[in-house]
Amino acid sequence: MAATFFGEVVRAPCRAGTEDEEEEEEEGRRETPEDGEVRQQLARKREVRLLRRQAKTTLEVSLLEKYPCSKFIIAIGNNAVAFLSSFIMNSGVWEEVGCAKLWNEWCRTVDTTHLSPTEAFCVFYHLKSNPSVVLCQCSCYVAEDQQYQWLEKVFGSCPRKNMQVTILTCRHVTDYKTSESTSSLHTPFLKALKTQNAREPPCCSLLEQPNIVPGLPAAGVLSYCQVWKISAILYLCYTDVMKLDLITAEAFKPVLSSRSLKGLVKNIPQSTEILKKLMTTNEIQSNIYT
Amino acid sequence: MFVPCGDSVPDLAGCTLLMPAVSVGNVGQLAIDLIISTLNMYKIGYFYTDCLVPMVGNNPYATAEENSTELSINAEVYASPSKKLVALQLRSIFIKYKSKSFCEKLLFWVKSSNCAKVVVLSSSHSYHRNDLQLRSTPFRYLLTPSMQKSVQNKIQSLNWEEMEKSPCIPEIDDSEFCVRIPGGGITKTLYDEGCSKEIPMVILLKFVSEGDNIPDALGLVEYLNEWLQIIKPCCDDPSASALPWKMPSSWRLLFGSGLPPALF
Repeated sequence: MAATFFGEVVRAPCRAGTEDEEEEEEEGRRETPEDGEVRQQLARKREVRLLRRQAKTTLEVSLLEKYPCSKFIIAIGNNAVAFLSSFIMNSGVWEEVGCAKLWNEWCRTVDTTHLSPTEAFCVFYHLKSNPSVVLCQCSCYVAEDQQYQWLEKVFGSCPRKNMQVTILTCRHVTDYKTSESTSSLHTPFLKALKTQNAREPPCCSLLEQPNIVPGLPAAGVLSYCQVWKISAILYLCYTDVMKLDLITAEAFKPVLSSRSLKGLVKNIPQSTEILKKLMTTNEIQSNIYT
Repeated sequence: MFVPCGDSVPDLAGCTLLMPAVSVGNVGQLAIDLIISTLNMYKIGYFYTDCLVPMVGNNPYATAEENSTELSINAEVYASPSKKLVALQLRSIFIKYKSKSFCEKLLFWVKSSNCAKVVVLSSSHSYHRNDLQLRSTPFRYLLTPSMQKSVQNKIQSLNWEEMEKSPCIPEIDDSEFCVRIPGGGITKTLYDEGCSKEIPMVILLKFVSEGDNIPDALGLVEYLNEWLQIIKPCCDDPSASALPWKMPSSWRLLFGSGLPPALF
């Protein structure tokens, strides 16, 4: 508790997040069968489902059990998705193998059976010429209570040790801790985190302590790979522009020289043009009324 | 579930498990950091769970360039075999409604590993203290029934104060009395489960407020050290202020990055 200047007593937020615990305990004591029913219904609504859109069926097993791969590349967030779209997906023929359908308070997508490219989505593809390369474009928000479900639906319970996982995502530069002021940093810049069993060297410097990557699907995937001894690298782009931005998306370019992505990109200048066009189209579409 | 770093599951029989509760000021977690860092404990495995928010970062206890690139996740287990000590460190908060499930899974692992005892380091909101508590030491302990016989004498010789009971429902005058630990996170749940599952468990906590909680963490480890004697004083002078607790390298920039010079 703390008293403000005007004498009102307010509850100071606790960074250990313990207010929720006390609320939960009290709710547990007061919960009626109707409350339990409502909670179960909400849990069912928030369930993560993997489906094949064309066949309109749900995947019975985890995605990587149905489509075992040697390379799994995942882009999380609009800039990482735009980068992979322009440089990797435009350099080959990719076939959609699944899509994650999920609902939460932040996700504006209601019907994931008919997705338009501008909506938030999470779609999986494999390369037609080499189906052991699987790619995921994830631009929807996965809530914290859905993250482990998402992991299970994608990776399953039998970790594949000979996979190489590459994760691309962005964070705001104000989350980066450094002894100098963050306003003096040259953004965007790339940092990496790799698992103990990582087989390839990162294409940029590693993220120094005391910096951490919390809560994103990215942290969940990298944790899974670390625990189950899978080779994985997370490339993190620190930027001061979180919306779709050419300079931020281009900051991922050094990753194209990694062993995982090298063979997948054909024509870098052409892909750069495609990325620029994607940005311009998006700018025309976006205004304060959309 | 516990997943070992190596190929075989380490033998934890007879060891003391130290663990934090994610509580006000994160004091328990800071205290465990101090213990792992000072004793140079090494990682033996992960407590892989869907109950905690995921988190990754490089080695928080790095002492040199070579060991600074080991990845750490949100729940890891460290060991010091010579002292028969095992430490579980938790680095993120619980996902909503998952804290009870975590306690059950954790205590199942504790029982199946045959740990000798569990010590939970925690904290409680200092503004909830009653008048008597305000005038006494800020440290408190709690023992589960299966722990009472073995350590009661030692605890009494240390003149420690047991956590007092308070009204279960403060608004009602003739409410029953029970142990309440506001701001203690899962401490109360762990204690209740420890009692009902007959687990030898000790809770050590300090009354704190949010802020710079490093002195609170140092206080809590010294309180623990009075009993367990994890590290011995380096000289015989009892008034020597500091035992050599080593702060981990990740404790830099706890309150954010450097300030922009233009601010001044």
